[in-house]
Amino acid sequence: MFEYFNPYRIFKINSILQKIIFFCFILVLSIGLVEALFLSPEDYLQKDSVRIMYVHVPAAWISLGIFSTIAFLSISVFIFKNKNLILISKSLAPSGILFTLIALVTGSIWGKPTWGTWWAWDARITSMLVLLILYALYLLSFRIFKDQVRSNKISSMIAIFGAINIPVIKFSVDWWNTLHQPASISLTEKSAIHSSMLVPLVIMTAAFALFSVLIFLMKYNTELIKIKNKGLKRL
Amino acid sequence: MISDLILMNGYGLYVWSAFAFTLLGFLSLYVIISLQLKKEQKRFEENFSALTDEKYNVAINQEIYKEILKYSGSKI
Repeated sequence: MFEYFNPYRIFKINSILQKIIFFCFILVLSIGLVEALFLSPEDYLQKDSVRIMYVHVPAAWISLGIFSTIAFLSISVFIFKNKNLILISKSLAPSGILFTLIALVTGSIWGKPTWGTWWAWDARITSMLVLLILYALYLLSFRIFKDQVRSNKISSMIAIFGAINIPVIKFSVDWWNTLHQPASISLTEKSAIHSSMLVPLVIMTAAFALFSVLIFLMKYNTELIKIKNKGLKRL
Repeated sequence: MISDLILMNGYGLYVWSAFAFTLLGFLSLYVIISLQLKKEQKRFEENFSALTDEKYNVAINQEIYKEILKYSGSKI
């Protein structure tokens, strides 16, 4: 199975994929922005401020998705002892932290006209802030600990223990009384959002996902070249 | 018409600033990662050029090194 995670194989595919992903990202983002800012209708209650949803919600979804992936890969690192999985996790984290920051900042901007405040220590917002701190700790662990074995172990532990926060974020709106409304979109039930708003939301989510893939590919190649640079000195 | 799009019934400042922050975030991260990648590629080329003939012959036959040089657009 791990032959598919061979660094040379991934590097070769990356080099070809990057240009295609970049082109797709620009195309999908342009369509998404036109849909989100101009073509989608305003909400009957929130009026035009609802458009912030098209950047806030995809950013939150993808930041959660990336952290879940990092946690899963970190568990796999302990089981399979495959160092390349660390490299993949490390390359996913930069876009994850950016999307968490975007979700928090755009949520704050959305909160002012909707709730009348920029910030509240609401369960969902606080758990998202915890996620941002976890991402920062995860990335910092690679910089603080110079010993590679130690930094790999500590970063994996942060991701695995941090994964407890994922269901807290997801179910915070059901477990506690929060300013956030319960989930409007579910994989198992019919969406509570009208298709005129769902379509731009899906397009923007696709654009954000493409961006995270693009950053992942670039970061993976950077990290691999860094390792091979050390390898050249050891020849 | 255009002012309606910009003002968005008084919510324009909130909506545009949220989108601007997102796009600026995208651009910043893309530039940072691109610069890191270029820096590593440059360092790799310098290290590769500095190899002795014997080490060069070993390195050039390894697929991953060839691929990195090709990816960097190197003329080595």
